Amino acid sequence: MSKAPFARRLLAVTGMDELGPYRVLRVADPDGPDPDPGQFAMLAAAERWGGGEDERPYLPRAFSIARVAEGGEAHFLLEDVGPGTRRLCELQAGDGLWVLGPLGQGFTAPRDGRRAILAGGGVGIAPLAILQDSLPDQTAVLLGFRDGSRAEGAALLRDACVATDDGSAGHHGLLTDLLDRELQHDSHAVVYSCGPAPMLEAVRAMCAARGVPAQLALEAGMACGFGACFGCVVPRRGGGFLRVCVDGPVLDAAQLEKVDEHAGAPG
Amino acid sequence: MTVSFCGLELAHRVINGSGTFDAIAARRAFGAALETDFPFAAYVSKTITLEAREGNPPPRLWEAASGLINSIGLPNKGLERYIAEDLPQLASLTAAARGAHDGCAVPLITNVMGSTAEEFSTLVLACDARSEIAAVELNVSCPNVETGLDIGADPRQLEAVVIEARAQTRKPLIVKLTPNTADVVACAEAAQAGGADAVSLINTLRAMALTPAAARSPGAPRAAPWLGGRTGGLSGPAVRTVALAQVAAVAARVSIPVVGMGGVQRAAHARELIDAGATLVAVGTASFRDPTAATGIARGLLRMTAT
Repeated sequence: MSKAPFARRLLAVTGMDELGPYRVLRVADPDGPDPDPGQFAMLAAAERWGGGEDERPYLPRAFSIARVAEGGEAHFLLEDVGPGTRRLCELQAGDGLWVLGPLGQGFTAPRDGRRAILAGGGVGIAPLAILQDSLPDQTAVLLGFRDGSRAEGAALLRDACVATDDGSAGHHGLLTDLLDRELQHDSHAVVYSCGPAPMLEAVRAMCAARGVPAQLALEAGMACGFGACFGCVVPRRGGGFLRVCVDGPVLDAAQLEKVDEHAGAPG
Repeated sequence: MTVSFCGLELAHRVINGSGTFDAIAARRAFGAALETDFPFAAYVSKTITLEAREGNPPPRLWEAASGLINSIGLPNKGLERYIAEDLPQLASLTAAARGAHDGCAVPLITNVMGSTAEEFSTLVLACDARSEIAAVELNVSCPNVETGLDIGADPRQLEAVVIEARAQTRKPLIVKLTPNTADVVACAEAAQAGGADAVSLINTLRAMALTPAAARSPGAPRAAPWLGGRTGGLSGPAVRTVALAQVAAVAARVSIPVVGMGGVQRAAHARELIDAGATLVAVGTASFRDPTAATGIARGLLRMTAT
């Protein structure tokens, strides 16, 4: 696990790219540690972080590191869903960004000769991009989106097979339709998944039913990201709770009874 | 130049609020830098109870206007496992953190909560037996099983609990006062009368958030509480001026030292609490945004004192 420098760091935004309705926030981080695929960072704009809708945001927001490009440029995938993400989406080249990270436990490489299947949905495809960069070229990539506009986000990864809820791009149906087909073809695999809670739960249940190991990158509202606040917990199979920030965000599916629908972020 | 607090010599005036900084988890996330740059002049543990607690069901957090409502529910391993597993780690961590403060020790303060005076006594006695623990803080924001009233909100009950706890130890005893009471000054005076060496305040303000429309089940007639524990505690900048008023009121009426906290983000806020009568200042929610927030606040305070 890559350890984070102790203190949030003020980094410069290098650009903001449009990707359908999503944004790719690019930040210069030449001196930062190399993140493991699946690790995340806590982000807050240096200016005007606060005073938005309902006098928010106040807390930083947790984002998977989507990719690290040449020269240590970190990429984050954003979707405007609340006062924090809205402010981050407004950032432009030259603006300051507070970054704490990389944090948490990332994905573990495939074992026992299993092939990797990447299964992502919506803005949750982000950690699968950096994971794909670390895996062999022929890795299967299955991505689900609500509609064709959002499906433009699939360009974040290479050679993705896409499904949309409304059929406006790729397969008309759910990501799990694609996953089902893929596992029927060859189930000696390990599934890496990230996306909205209902999708993650469907992936978890499908993998469990077929005895296929799965690693799920969870999302949760967090105050700190480093184990201090105990706010981001999800129920652990067999009782008790796991802290998504320090025990995850990537959890072995076997650690969970089910993916909790409450595992959402504040936006 | 050190600061004296209940017989302890501290490198500066800034400590952490209980339950706002898990040093063991932070050591894992940040490595040895946590020790070499340890932000706090003393380290306060999260609340320890007699039996282990899982904490409240999620969701546990709500971002409020300029602040945070939490309903964590004091998850902890229970006294026995805290002593056996966490205390040795915390002791070695705070010992290593001396280097961050020119060799000045970083005392370990253990925060405990019971639901009866007897439970408090057992917890304090166990802390008294451990040389690693420099001081004990009582979290009295716990409902009395019979009356449902917070022990710390009722001066009579509070004094009785402090008297019992006081009898178990000669180590410094700090009482963390609740702001959710009609008369915080009367509670502070009761803590002092019971034998407390210091009081700390404010704990979080009881608060509620309702489930936003977007997250509500279709057909639900009205919004239900968002937090798994229904209500939670409000902290952050939203409570700073309330904290200032309560700290000033308490410090004017008790002779024991006061640890002031509530919404401190910057050195200027810490300075205000000190001007209102606090000896030490605790940083809590600000550490969530930046784990080294307290370092900047302590440095800023030293600069202000120097000028």
